[in-house]
Amino acid sequence: MIPLSWYIILSALLFTIGVVGVLSRRNIFIILMSIELMLNAANINLVAFAHYLQSLTGQVFVIFVITVAAAEAAVALAIIILLSRNRGSVYVDEFNILKG
Amino acid sequence: MLNKIIFIYFAAVIIISAVLMITRRNPIHSVLLMLLLFFHIAGLFVLLNAEFLAAVQLIVYAGAILILYLFVVMLLNVDKERSAKRANRYWPVMAGSGIVIAAEIVLLVARGKFAVDAGQLMKPGFGSVNALGVELYTNYLVPFEIASVILLVGLVGAVMLAKKVKE
Repeated sequence: MIPLSWYIILSALLFTIGVVGVLSRRNIFIILMSIELMLNAANINLVAFAHYLQSLTGQVFVIFVITVAAAEAAVALAIIILLSRNRGSVYVDEFNILKG
Repeated sequence: MLNKIIFIYFAAVIIISAVLMITRRNPIHSVLLMLLLFFHIAGLFVLLNAEFLAAVQLIVYAGAILILYLFVVMLLNVDKERSAKRANRYWPVMAGSGIVIAAEIVLLVARGKFAVDAGQLMKPGFGSVNALGVELYTNYLVPFEIASVILLVGLVGAVMLAKKVKE
């Protein structure tokens, strides 16, 4: 059988890749998809622990995470459309209107 | 043994496509790599006795959320992307610290003690739609209803934000 630690390592690597993506890319789409990557890393962890503890709580939480991710994606993409309409760009370092 | 080989295949494809996803210049390539990643995560879910979640992963994540991303990426023009820089100027610092953090977590987890398999805990019918539905509609009924409110707020918010304002 597969040890639980393999799943934890996989999800840690996936989460770190997501963090690096959020912090280093300029394109706002990639940043949002990196956030989805981090949510998926958490999902893998939840499902793995649910399996090894034989408790359905982890799987129920994955459903909630997916729900929140869907709502977040819809609102975030609407904000992106608005931003690119107003500023004409999808690069986060050009959104500096709040800078004093 | 066969399980381990399948896991290593899924894990390798997940990591490789995630790294490619955050490094591609064209956002459409990134979305397609994300699709590959979601398919393999669904495979992992099947390996963990979560068949219903694997189906939800494919239908909701790959089928709905990712298609939404693809629509918006194609809606906004990406012509400028060809010449523009893809990463901000701090990216070597971020990538370096990311590698350090990942190595640290891997080291810590590899030295710890974790369960090898579920053993005698194994319940028949675990992860089936029936068991999950009973759990969701008894112990987690209130969070379930709140999740529907979140979806409604997301829907209204998205429509309100993306609507053209009349001058």
